[in-house]
Amino acid sequence: MTQIFHKSFNTLSKASIVLGGVFAATAVAWLLSANRAPYISLVNVPREQPVPFSHKHHVAGLGIDCRYCHTSVEDSAQASLPSTKTCMTCHSVVWTNAAMLEPVRESYRTDRSIEWLKVHDLPDFVYFNHSIHVKKGVGCQSCHGDVDQMPLMMRRNTLNMEWCLECHRAPEKFLRPREEVFNLNWTPPTDKPQAELGAELAERYQVQKLTSCATCHR
Amino acid sequence: MSHSTPVTVPVEVDQRLAEQSGRKYWKSLEELSRDAQFSARLDEHVRREYPSQAEMLADPVQRRTLLQLMGASLALAGISSCTRQPDEHVLPYAKSPESLIPGKPLYFATAMPWASGAIGLLVESHMGRPTKCEGNPDHVASLGGTDLFTQASVLDLYDPDRSTTIVRNGRSATWDDFVSAFGPDLEAQKQKGGAGLRILTGSVISPTLAAQLAEVLKLFPRARWVQSEPVSRDNQRLGALLAFAEDVAPRHDLSKAEVVVALECDLFAEGPASVRLARQWAARRRDAAMMNRLYVVESTATGTGSMADHRLALAPAAIDRLARALAQTLGVDVGAAGGAQLGGEEAAFVAALAKDLKAQAGKSVVIAGEPLSGQVHALVNAINVQLGNLGASVEFAEPAAVAPVEQGAGLADLAREMARGEVELLCILDANPVYDAPVDLEFVAAMQKVPLRVHYGLREDETAVLCQWHVPATHYLEHWSDARAFDGTLSVVQPLVAPLYGSKSVHEFVALLAGKPGSAGYDLLRESWKATLGAPADFETRWQRAVHDGFLAGSRVDARSVSLKRFDAGAAPAEMNAGGELELALRPDPSIFDGRFANNGWLQEVPKPLSKLTWDNALYLSPETAKSRGVQSGDVVELTHGGRKLKLAVWVQPGQAPNVGTLHLGFGRTRAGKIGNGPGFNAYALRTQAAPWGGSATIAKTGETYSLACAQEHHTINEHGLERDLVRETTAAGFAGGDFGAPRHAHGAPAPKADGHGEKPGHAEGALVTQYAGYKYEGYAWGMVIDLSTCTGCNACVIACQAENNIPIVGKEQVARGRELHWIRIDRYFNGSVERPRAVFQPIVCMQCENAPCEVVCPVGATSHGEEGLNEMVYNRCVGTKYCSNNCPYKVRRFNFLLYSDWTTPSLRLQRNPDVTVRSRGVMEKCTYCVQRISQARIEAKRQDRRIADGEVVTACQQVCPSQAIVFGDLNDKQSAVRARKSAPHNYGLLTELNTAPRTTYLSRVSNPNPELAGA
Repeated sequence: MTQIFHKSFNTLSKASIVLGGVFAATAVAWLLSANRAPYISLVNVPREQPVPFSHKHHVAGLGIDCRYCHTSVEDSAQASLPSTKTCMTCHSVVWTNAAMLEPVRESYRTDRSIEWLKVHDLPDFVYFNHSIHVKKGVGCQSCHGDVDQMPLMMRRNTLNMEWCLECHRAPEKFLRPREEVFNLNWTPPTDKPQAELGAELAERYQVQKLTSCATCHR
Repeated sequence: MSHSTPVTVPVEVDQRLAEQSGRKYWKSLEELSRDAQFSARLDEHVRREYPSQAEMLADPVQRRTLLQLMGASLALAGISSCTRQPDEHVLPYAKSPESLIPGKPLYFATAMPWASGAIGLLVESHMGRPTKCEGNPDHVASLGGTDLFTQASVLDLYDPDRSTTIVRNGRSATWDDFVSAFGPDLEAQKQKGGAGLRILTGSVISPTLAAQLAEVLKLFPRARWVQSEPVSRDNQRLGALLAFAEDVAPRHDLSKAEVVVALECDLFAEGPASVRLARQWAARRRDAAMMNRLYVVESTATGTGSMADHRLALAPAAIDRLARALAQTLGVDVGAAGGAQLGGEEAAFVAALAKDLKAQAGKSVVIAGEPLSGQVHALVNAINVQLGNLGASVEFAEPAAVAPVEQGAGLADLAREMARGEVELLCILDANPVYDAPVDLEFVAAMQKVPLRVHYGLREDETAVLCQWHVPATHYLEHWSDARAFDGTLSVVQPLVAPLYGSKSVHEFVALLAGKPGSAGYDLLRESWKATLGAPADFETRWQRAVHDGFLAGSRVDARSVSLKRFDAGAAPAEMNAGGELELALRPDPSIFDGRFANNGWLQEVPKPLSKLTWDNALYLSPETAKSRGVQSGDVVELTHGGRKLKLAVWVQPGQAPNVGTLHLGFGRTRAGKIGNGPGFNAYALRTQAAPWGGSATIAKTGETYSLACAQEHHTINEHGLERDLVRETTAAGFAGGDFGAPRHAHGAPAPKADGHGEKPGHAEGALVTQYAGYKYEGYAWGMVIDLSTCTGCNACVIACQAENNIPIVGKEQVARGRELHWIRIDRYFNGSVERPRAVFQPIVCMQCENAPCEVVCPVGATSHGEEGLNEMVYNRCVGTKYCSNNCPYKVRRFNFLLYSDWTTPSLRLQRNPDVTVRSRGVMEKCTYCVQRISQARIEAKRQDRRIADGEVVTACQQVCPSQAIVFGDLNDKQSAVRARKSAPHNYGLLTELNTAPRTTYLSRVSNPNPELAGA
């Protein structure tokens, strides 16, 4: 009876073991990097909204403070989006006929919400609280990036857990004085590097390294 | 196969009990008998934790298919981690409401109306969705606590089976259709002065509604308003009329009572003031040096009876005789035939009780339950007068009902009128007589002689489908109304949400009858208040204040001064044990009451306090009685009472009075909804007008069996647990002598120290060695103490936890497999002989061990030790190995074998607490000490640069507990209440010999027996 497999299959089978390993490793590496790629994390991907609201125009151009619209950021878990009425405080006077603002006017007329797309969207099993981060000297910019340069809102960070932990494990690297939290252009003073300032602030604000699971998951 | 139905007779159990020296506590009769079937079940529920094949999918999956599925799901799980999150939208308000901060709940005062009095609440609202009811600490009936019904009422609001539209002869219609069609009918009645109009309601405790109905009666002078509740206060009323010649209701103050006697009365679970009474009673049970004493005589084992220092289980007729003998002994005039002779044990009981009562004259109270006759109520009133308790521990005042009537007779009159064809238009408001009217009234036949029948109610129930019109009612969280508390305090029922289905409130409905269609409930209420308060100049201020507080301050109705009249106490009823008779006792159910909560899944699934049955009622028989009739749990018998027959299952219940069969009301419904249709047996089929609470009956075996889902052996603390030192008991006298309930030869580690830091290896001589890393808690160290002396097993905490933590129900079949998800289970142990057991309740929450066995075995780090000592659970990490649950000695972990959470029904999603993850299939879950509440308090404190104050974090179970048995707090705070309780000498941990160092500990149960009644 003849052999079913040719002798070369010995080499092939050995090679397939090695190649299989390489394939598996590549697959894992691909999955890990894919999870951090903009396709999944949506970093730097501008999102389309019912109204093309420009933070660049309102923040950098007009100098409106974050809290004018995101009113509950210092009090609540949610920073909250402004009600249509807040938009209309200005837009009942300026750009009253602009076509792109029609959804805003319609919302105000009909008392129905504008359906904004959530850009910074954490999974439902994560419980994030804005007020305490603001209170402890975490700047808006640290998570949301250079909002004042964005014509359309986008993520600057992955919002992955490893990214959260970067700060939760070493908050001193990111802290800033409380009065600078809403300043999107703040940089550490030249005479005091971030490491030194951060450590000082962590001490002054009693910032703990909260890494218990229940800090965010419950 | 059923995993739950015990199929054994307690064979010679007493003998075994005697043989087992040193063993005191037991959970079920089968466990005591230790027969082969019990061992098999023990194998399934204890050694295996979950019954065999529990992990299998419901459909038959072959091994190969399973492997394929597993492979595929592994691959998919890998890929799913790389999928994009689905897009979500944010919908800000168009015009933001005042005082609402997104992400922060608001609390509004309201009140839950109840037939016998309202309970004041603060209801949590998330962006307009009421999610959780808490007690209003300032309200007289709540004092901050609530009962299980109140907790579950929020689920009723979102019940998908509520009717959403007006129904005319089975077809949907609009309110305008109804108004235009109903108008001519009303007009026709008006021509006749309303001769053919009858309005049937439950007890009305809303002054506004009563005033509206009075107005209707003015328009229709010959019409009649009938009030009827299945659980009425007719006997109490008769007792007051006999004793005082006026209809007054007793109000009890247990804070002023040294001796409390409850006769056939579950006073901590039923009645308008039960929460208040439990709190007052418990306040006197914490300090062993100043304890009150509780005597309970009852036919059916209840939570209150389990708390008694002395409990006597007697048939209702025998309780009647005992009450007469007690009255006689205390010198009350019982009339010629009113006395009773007692034998043996009962006589000794009465003698000792009478002596105790006399010694505490003026500081004692005797309370009679509604099932006892009016004569006994009168005698009890006379006893309280005789003892000088009037004005101290008991006072009398007009009842909460605004226009109290004798309800049984009223309903019977209505049925007769209908049968004679005198009624032309019947309006039924929030009542379900087709289901719950006495069967001998033949209400259905009579009702169908009425040409026009209109039903107003929450659901299209048994009555609604027999009416031409069904008008959906609003839930109490949807409408403006008012209600009187048990003491008359005028409470505001404030809506938390606009009617989900656009329903009209009862006031708006009655306004239509009063010829004012289109009136808004809010305006009607304010008008009525203006009339009541005499439209003072400061009305607006007072109204705002009342809405804010939830009640009108100072509106309590003053006690009346009553004087005892001579009355005829009648003769004692005959005993019913001749010729194989037994005494049937019909009682409201401890979880679904009279059936009104039948469609509430939380209440259906909560294990009943003593029997631990879920989803069913059954005929409770004592072990002795069951043995003598040759029946066992799960047997179907045919019960005959007053010529009527009902086939129903038997449940053998230790603590039940001999020769008494108790059947709870409210089950066997046909039109309750998806949840309530089906379970149990309809006790109303046996209930007659003359004997609403039962009477003589016989039973005959049918040979059939019925599967009952009983949770009493589920999650049992290991097979030897029952022999271990889990429950500790002592007496007040023993306590003074240094006996704190610890067994004399308790092995293992000492109880954890008060600071919560368990004994560390090497620190103390003889300490248990551990390989766990010692933790340091520099911030907070959370801990809990549960006082067994005051836990009445009322289940309020179980439901509160369910509402707070988004815990789903699983259904009867899944409960039978031991898969119920309640994070708190109340273990009920019996102590002593089978015929005279004493029950002890032990609520088991997660122990949050310092050395937690669950943490080390999780392969994916889904459960880990937190910085403040919690054993944290991360649902999104859990892959469902169940190793943690397997390794938990306390059996507090619960697994989602199937997708139990309802992710699709829109109305149910509104109920969820947004601060707690909704769990999915394949995920382990457990008590977290309400970590969401801790987080909120921590953030709040940090924002104000301070520490969390003691009492700032209140767990859901602690908040609701009527008797304040649960204390929670920071063990690092030397001044905290929890630390004070942990330092008590009778503080102990469970299974501390395992060196788990539990954070949850218990206080031994301290009782205060009468030395003259040793052993009783």
